[in-house]
Amino acid sequence: MHNIKYIYSKELRSYFNGPMAYIFLVIFSLITGYFFSNTFFIFGQSDMRALFQIVPLVYLFFIPAITMGIISKEKNTGTMEVMCTLPIKNYEFVIGKYLAILTLLKVALLLTGVMFINLVFVGTSIDYGAVFTGYLGLFLAGAVYASMGLFASSLTDNQVVGFIIAIFFVLIFFLIDKLLIFMPNTIAGTLQYLSIDYHLSNISRGVLDTRNLIYFFSMITLFIVLTVESLNSRKWN
Amino acid sequence: MIEVKKLYKNYGNVRAVQGIDFSINDGEIVGFLGSNGAGKSTTLKILSGYLSPSSGQISINNLDIMKDSHEIKKIIGYLPESNPLYNDMMVYDLLEFTAKIRKIPNNEFKDALDKVVIQCGLNGILHKNVGACSKGYKQRVGLACAMIHNPKILILDEPVTGLDPNQIVEIRELIKNLGKEKLVIMSSHILQEIEATVDRIIIIDQGKIIADGSTKKIINSNKGNIQLQLEIIGAKKEELKNLENEISNIKISKILKLKSGYIINLEYAQKNDPREQLFKLIVKSKWTLLEMTPKSENLEDIFRKLTGNKS
Repeated sequence: MHNIKYIYSKELRSYFNGPMAYIFLVIFSLITGYFFSNTFFIFGQSDMRALFQIVPLVYLFFIPAITMGIISKEKNTGTMEVMCTLPIKNYEFVIGKYLAILTLLKVALLLTGVMFINLVFVGTSIDYGAVFTGYLGLFLAGAVYASMGLFASSLTDNQVVGFIIAIFFVLIFFLIDKLLIFMPNTIAGTLQYLSIDYHLSNISRGVLDTRNLIYFFSMITLFIVLTVESLNSRKWN
Repeated sequence: MIEVKKLYKNYGNVRAVQGIDFSINDGEIVGFLGSNGAGKSTTLKILSGYLSPSSGQISINNLDIMKDSHEIKKIIGYLPESNPLYNDMMVYDLLEFTAKIRKIPNNEFKDALDKVVIQCGLNGILHKNVGACSKGYKQRVGLACAMIHNPKILILDEPVTGLDPNQIVEIRELIKNLGKEKLVIMSSHILQEIEATVDRIIIIDQGKIIADGSTKKIINSNKGNIQLQLEIIGAKKEELKNLENEISNIKISKILKLKSGYIINLEYAQKNDPREQLFKLIVKSKWTLLEMTPKSENLEDIFRKLTGNKS
């Protein structure tokens, strides 16, 4: 725990000391804000469905962008060598970094709170429960994508390659749901269960099912474990 | 104490380290010498725990490097060759981060910081970004990070590259002082640097140890013929050439004509010192001797000889 805390705060500081975090957050807020307000006043419905639909799409590029350098940059600049010779376990290193990405994700989602405040002012009979589960779903989906991005970044020492691998993973799990009609019936069910969108749409509707939560947590664990293993294998190269 | 037995490291098909053995005791300063790609950095990377050996046994303070890697990392301070640092951090933050990871208690951090700031000369740059520091200062910051927890074992891969001559002398003194109580391993390809700093040298070539011992021992055991340079005026070239016949056991390698007089280079075996005979002969022939300098072989010559003078 001790080391996770210091890795986390170092990583968070490096996000916010430079311009990167601010650029990402501004772009994220602009895109989500545009798509939300574009339809919000036309439909005249007191919900945030527009936001909950656009954020998973923005994630496809936003999350690979914030995770691409998180490990690959350390490999590229050689600071990985310093980290590996400090008494830090690989899982502490990975979890510390993962928590820092989640914090950035949380800040991004908090910024969309502006839209929620709008809704509270102009809306009537708002379903606060659905808003809460919608946000929870967005956070969990983002957390799964972030674990994939983290794993992608651990596979290379080039940030651009890290970005492309991350988009590849994220797209696969995003698109599976959309490609089901081309799949034979026998595997369609399994594939649907693997899709992020399938679980996200359940939560967004306000249904908190443990099956969905288990899916999200097991995906996160899987990719964190893969990242740790990918770092462990480095020593033998 | 470090003990290495039959250490091998392969990168794919390339054999970087081919079965080296050595042991180093506490309080020793050991220098690793070798040309580029000889395997010295690889060996240091394995000792620091960054790489795993392909085979072989390494124990550090009686801990096995494979089983107790985490414990070993706690007692080692390591400065990598390229000195990678977080350029977006302030020097102070970087040292604080390293100290925290090294589990230095908060109340001892200030003393530890003050100590490395003085030792490495970091005064005035603590609140600068690492990326904004000059190469020499970065090197000092890397060194400070490696020793902030007062490690029992210090592994320094090329610690003086990028430093100016004054800084080199400072860091050399620092390493010498550290070596009184710690085990210090440093590598360098600057031979004078190694010669001036360490007690013991290990020369590595193509992944194998080709010499191991004190500087003096290595020089003495590899000594060949001694070179002698003379500057003489008032002699003719033919007369000088004839020296070989008049004094036994010398071999003239070069005669160089100057404006007035000649420079003669000759060689002799260590046991047949011809200098007295030469002097008497020069006096007898009424020439004037301006210079007579023996040049004993230095570490550089020996290094070139041992590594096959490939460069």
